[in-house]
Amino acid sequence: MNYTITHLKQLESEAIYILRETAAQFEKPVMLFSGGKDSIVMAHLAKKAFWPAKVPFPLMHVDTGHNFPETMEYRDAFIKEMGAKLVIGSVQDAIDAGKIKEESGARASRNGLQTYVLLETLEEGGYDAAMGGGRRDEEKARAKERFFSHRNEFGEWDPKNQRPELWNVFNGRKHFGEHFRVFPLSNWTEMDVWQYIMAEEIPLPSLYFSHERDCIIRDGVIMAVTDCLELLPEDVPEKMTVRFRTIGDATCTGANLSTAATLEDIIAEVAAARQTERGTRADDKRSETAMEDRKKAGYF
Amino acid sequence: MTDTSDLRSPTPDPYLSMDLLRFTTAGSVDDGKSTLIGRLLYDSKSIFEDQLEAMETSSKARGDENVNLALLTDGLKAEREQGITIDVAYRYFATPRRKFIIADTPGHIQYTRNMVTGASTANLAILLIDARKGVIEQTCRHAFIADLLRIQHIVVCVNKMDLVDWSEEVYQNIVKSFREFSSRLQNIVEVTFIPASALIGDNIVDKSTNMPWYQGPTLLYHLESVYVGADENHVEARFPVQWVIRPHSDEWHDFRGFAGRVAGGVFKPGDEVQVMPSGFTSKIKAIYSMDEKLEEAFAPMSCTMTLEDEIDISRGDMIVKPNSPPEPSQDIEAMICWFSSGKTLSGRGKFLLRHTSKEVKAMVREVKYKVNINTLHKIEDDLEFKLNDIGRITLRTSAPINADAYKKNRITGSFILIDEHTNETVAAGMIL
Repeated sequence: MNYTITHLKQLESEAIYILRETAAQFEKPVMLFSGGKDSIVMAHLAKKAFWPAKVPFPLMHVDTGHNFPETMEYRDAFIKEMGAKLVIGSVQDAIDAGKIKEESGARASRNGLQTYVLLETLEEGGYDAAMGGGRRDEEKARAKERFFSHRNEFGEWDPKNQRPELWNVFNGRKHFGEHFRVFPLSNWTEMDVWQYIMAEEIPLPSLYFSHERDCIIRDGVIMAVTDCLELLPEDVPEKMTVRFRTIGDATCTGANLSTAATLEDIIAEVAAARQTERGTRADDKRSETAMEDRKKAGYF
Repeated sequence: MTDTSDLRSPTPDPYLSMDLLRFTTAGSVDDGKSTLIGRLLYDSKSIFEDQLEAMETSSKARGDENVNLALLTDGLKAEREQGITIDVAYRYFATPRRKFIIADTPGHIQYTRNMVTGASTANLAILLIDARKGVIEQTCRHAFIADLLRIQHIVVCVNKMDLVDWSEEVYQNIVKSFREFSSRLQNIVEVTFIPASALIGDNIVDKSTNMPWYQGPTLLYHLESVYVGADENHVEARFPVQWVIRPHSDEWHDFRGFAGRVAGGVFKPGDEVQVMPSGFTSKIKAIYSMDEKLEEAFAPMSCTMTLEDEIDISRGDMIVKPNSPPEPSQDIEAMICWFSSGKTLSGRGKFLLRHTSKEVKAMVREVKYKVNINTLHKIEDDLEFKLNDIGRITLRTSAPINADAYKKNRITGSFILIDEHTNETVAAGMIL
């Protein structure tokens, strides 16, 4: 007998193991859900892990207010179908309440503000573990991330003092006020995510597939023209055939020129790609250690 | 497993039938480890243009002459500043046959704990030897750790062959002296020797034309084809229960599913099973992967089982087969690696012990010896464990754990020790 399983089944099995471990080891876990493909896959795995019972934790969306309408429609339908509870942490509300101050200018980003709202929403809800769709292949600081990643009482990450993780024994013990970030998809690559979406026939927001829309090119990155993107005098919107490789805040997520309209097309495109998917994320381009610095402060 | 790939495209997509190999590398700055990994990633098109550009920019800023491939794996600011790998870095690449997960660890003795961590999930270890230096202390240390963590497949990559004029004699001498050393190791099933030059590319992805005397596989070919399916224990059935699923819905009113990941053996509906530690027996009613009913489940599959009888089962219990149960025990003899930089271990320390999904209290009863991991000699006059020390101890637990020997099963034979006050993971243990 040949007792082997495919790499996708191995990754699925590992992620389900992590999700069950999180539900068992923490008192009040929550799953971060952005409407992006990684969080969709993670939520799909959660359905599998606890079937036929409902997922034993709520989903949380940190809403920058700068959303693609397609993402919001998808989010609401997905959560309804899942029968899960949705918690929203609103960046707009925090700005309106004067708790945080928005950057100004055309290149302003609400990315940094998410950290404050994320930490505040976690604290208000008393959540002691936040599951995220982060993957180690995304970015070099993330390559050092643990499955169970400890955060101190200020929500900070100390990359030099992480708990060792051996075999599949995970240590989620913490002191009062501390919490954990949990990354069930740690060992997945962008390609694995796409292959899994195809194998499992998971529906995705339309933004991931090729479509025509008004865009501008800013600092070499194609940006979609939306209500929340402030145009500069030199910006001339033009129709482009694009798709998104990642979906985040609409003001800092770049599009790619692409005619990939099906999952097969996308997989072929990913296989041939010569840029990482975060190559179009303006938020990572601010400095070499942009991601490490944001993660230390408590970012996803 | 149902493979639906052929339903979707006329030619079956090779990506949907790939398997997975986890391997570890250990090495220090000079032995060419980064170059080797860089070559595997680059030649398999797993380094992207923006990563390469970022590396070029940083290399220039640091004044390096060539693109420094170490910058790819050294992800933290402190690592790049000091030019060393501090932590385990995980890297990914794939060929049409396999997906690979590399646990890249630093090689210096002060990072033994990182090497142990990286080795704990690996099926294969690459040991790099500089052809000019031969088998050195570091080689023995890496081989010892790989053996201790029961990595069954070792690749000894004799690198920098270009610097010894591609000499077969030099290579054969290294093979001989490694074999002499490795005859003292216990768990390694297979050692493969490959003469190579990672810098020039010989025998990494492409076959060397400089060493016609070598008839064996290239490194990548070996990584793609080595059979690791027998590494899991498919004989003694072990299913640690992680979570009990009780839907409380009208449709699934009486459903009680035991969720977990198979740690050993093969489970099928109809099989007679025993629940540890209660000892009650029942039969498997069904095995689910979500709404799909499985004909069998084996390691490392996650699934949910239902049983014919109503038995009280909770997290921390283990479903096994009555013909080969584990031995519940409160007295544990183990090899441990000490991980804490702040605290030391001498006799009678008290800890939390986590073994599969079970947590118990544990007290150290005796420290037997420590091992000098360079010479493999026992140390019996200094029995205080400090960071990175490896040795043999006995423990007494507050409740029985379903222990297997680590030699038989890496999942049910391993545990961690947690300091109750700091919550730190202070040691990793392998049951003897």
